[in-house]
Amino acid sequence: MLRCVTVPYTLLGLLEREPSHGYDLKRDYDAFFGRGKALPFGQVYATLSRLARDGKVTDGDLEPGAGPDRKRYVITESGSRELDAWLSQPSEPEPHLQTVLFAKVVLALMLDRPAGAYLDAQRSAHLRRMRELTEVKRTGALMDVMLADYGLFHLEADLHWIDTTAARLSALAEMVRAS
Amino acid sequence: MTSPNSPQAPRTRSGLIEARDIYFSFGHTPALAGASLSVASGEIVAVMGPSGSGKSTLLHCLAGIFAPDRGEVWYEGERLDTRSDTRRTELRRTDFGFVFQFGQLVPELTVADNIALPLLLNKVGRKDAYARADTWLPRMGLDGLGSRRTGELSGGQAQRVALARALVARPRLLFADEPTGSLDTLTGEMVMDLLVGMAREEGSTVVLVTHDARVAAYAEREVMVRDGKVFNPAQTQVEVAQ
Repeated sequence: MLRCVTVPYTLLGLLEREPSHGYDLKRDYDAFFGRGKALPFGQVYATLSRLARDGKVTDGDLEPGAGPDRKRYVITESGSRELDAWLSQPSEPEPHLQTVLFAKVVLALMLDRPAGAYLDAQRSAHLRRMRELTEVKRTGALMDVMLADYGLFHLEADLHWIDTTAARLSALAEMVRAS
Repeated sequence: MTSPNSPQAPRTRSGLIEARDIYFSFGHTPALAGASLSVASGEIVAVMGPSGSGKSTLLHCLAGIFAPDRGEVWYEGERLDTRSDTRRTELRRTDFGFVFQFGQLVPELTVADNIALPLLLNKVGRKDAYARADTWLPRMGLDGLGSRRTGELSGGQAQRVALARALVARPRLLFADEPTGSLDTLTGEMVMDLLVGMAREEGSTVVLVTHDARVAAYAEREVMVRDGKVFNPAQTQVEVAQ
């Protein structure tokens, strides 16, 4: 589910780095974000078609070459704005955000955006949600307390990941830019 | 998108306690390097940050335990850092309460003795001091433990005694440094529930130093200390979103 949400923005991010073909986009996606689960070609082209339909990317004429499609995709200003908004807006704090946060950090480093500031903003959003859940615990019935606990422990795990990633940003930036 | 990592500027509204661009070093090792923080009356603020970031040093400077090498600390609109050691010690006795991770109770004394101690040091009569100490036993779930030596208590009980002792003199400011650091999750939650609940009841302002997000979530807002400077993540979020 989270992957479905992330893929369009990830492709936009890769296109913001440089115009590219569907085949190369899939290869880069798999290398940076696939983590053993390759993105199907069908999903790449379907996503690119939707992005083109919505004016987020433009697709050029067919070019000769290997692979099933040699259209060259270029991000538009509207696509760039949408990517920027997604990157800078903290995600809704909820359990199992790792895929989204991971994609945001890697893209931010790749595109020379302030990844540390994005992590700070996300930490703040997480803590705000943790305050709400803590208040539920202080005033709620035991069943509510248990549900709040579940959310709190998962948010806390995210925060550990955020803090550790923040401490590793310099090393990560070197790695991403060298790739 | 403007300077998302800029440290927190002092608030324009004057706080109950404020650090203004303070520096502090242990020998040649800098701990604070231009830290600013303003805490309004009645606020509960969590000071977070990784180990060695300077958050405990900031608390010690705010509380007048350390005098900063540079910069200013203000309490109730007056300079705190320029007061003499004697005046600062007196202020800590009359206006401030402290809860640390451990080691703050006198193990040879009873629970009631420990709670009454700040009042006795403030020249409150013995009978009155012990009567007031006794009222804190049920509030902290310590009924029947008044005559127990604190060295015989569990970690959670000892921390509740420490909290009662910190609040018994009705301090305007409570400084808590990793108050649940030595406790398991549920006991820590009980202590934090009491700390926040009692601070609200007593109208105390709280500066809570912690590296633990679940503890920080009891506060009304958090700031981050990094490399000796204070950052306000909420402010950063606004700037990034813009």
